[in-house]
Amino acid sequence: MKLNAEMTQDVLLIHVDEPRIDAAVAIRFKDRMRDLTDGATGRVVLNLAGVEFIDSSGLGAIVTAMKQLPDGAVLELADLMPNVDRVFRLTRMDSVFTIHDTAAEAKRDHAC
Amino acid sequence: MPVDPMTRDGGTVSSQPMVRGLAPALILRADLMAVRDALGTVVGDLGEQGLTVEELGSVELVLAEVLNNIVEHAYLGDASGEIQLWWTLGRSGLHVRIADAGRAMPDGKIPLTLERRASDHAAMVPEGGFGWFLIVGLAHNIVYRRERGMNVLTFRMVVGGGDSPGD
Repeated sequence: MKLNAEMTQDVLLIHVDEPRIDAAVAIRFKDRMRDLTDGATGRVVLNLAGVEFIDSSGLGAIVTAMKQLPDGAVLELADLMPNVDRVFRLTRMDSVFTIHDTAAEAKRDHAC
Repeated sequence: MPVDPMTRDGGTVSSQPMVRGLAPALILRADLMAVRDALGTVVGDLGEQGLTVEELGSVELVLAEVLNNIVEHAYLGDASGEIQLWWTLGRSGLHVRIADAGRAMPDGKIPLTLERRASDHAAMVPEGGFGWFLIVGLAHNIVYRRERGMNVLTFRMVVGGGDSPGD
């Protein structure tokens, strides 16, 4: 599971370098997110620009990643492809996460 | 484990044609990576038949949910289980039939969770149970039944109605 973290200003940006977050990798995704966000204190932005496909297990893993964040940290999402965006909309999870059009916009956005 | 008289040969299904003798288009092992491969095959085939990227995304998502459910809940991770998949693309869309010899659905019914709602309070957000919500949101005419000791799920997806060549 290739996830790369980048600390920029006050945002921990995590790039998902995998085309799929699905049932086959959901557990590894959760574990890797726990490692990367351990000690996070503010905004964590998950950049999904490279993700072409997500299923309900992948969605559940992202929700888990949000819940396992340390107190005070918050998970936001950026750059959803249409197929990924639809999964969030159909499950109404788009109302739970702040979703940015791009990672660059997420970095600029200080209001949260 | 009680022996189902219809599957006492160990759960193999090769001697039980499911669709009036038609062979399944695809047979796969109950394994999450095998599901990935199968999705790639089906999406590749349907892409050649003119489905749009969005339609392919819907089909892939619904198939993924159904197949992963079978791997995780019908076969409980037993990768020796077998899943059979048929599909036909016609004027009324994509008709799909999926059969497995795993455990039956709880209470013999699809576990519909149509009341699922997101909450603004993070702690209240469920981590699972989205699968059937997605299936019901994207597929039509969903029918589940036990048939000769097997789970058989059929559904239709409204795709391929655009300016696809042929048909």
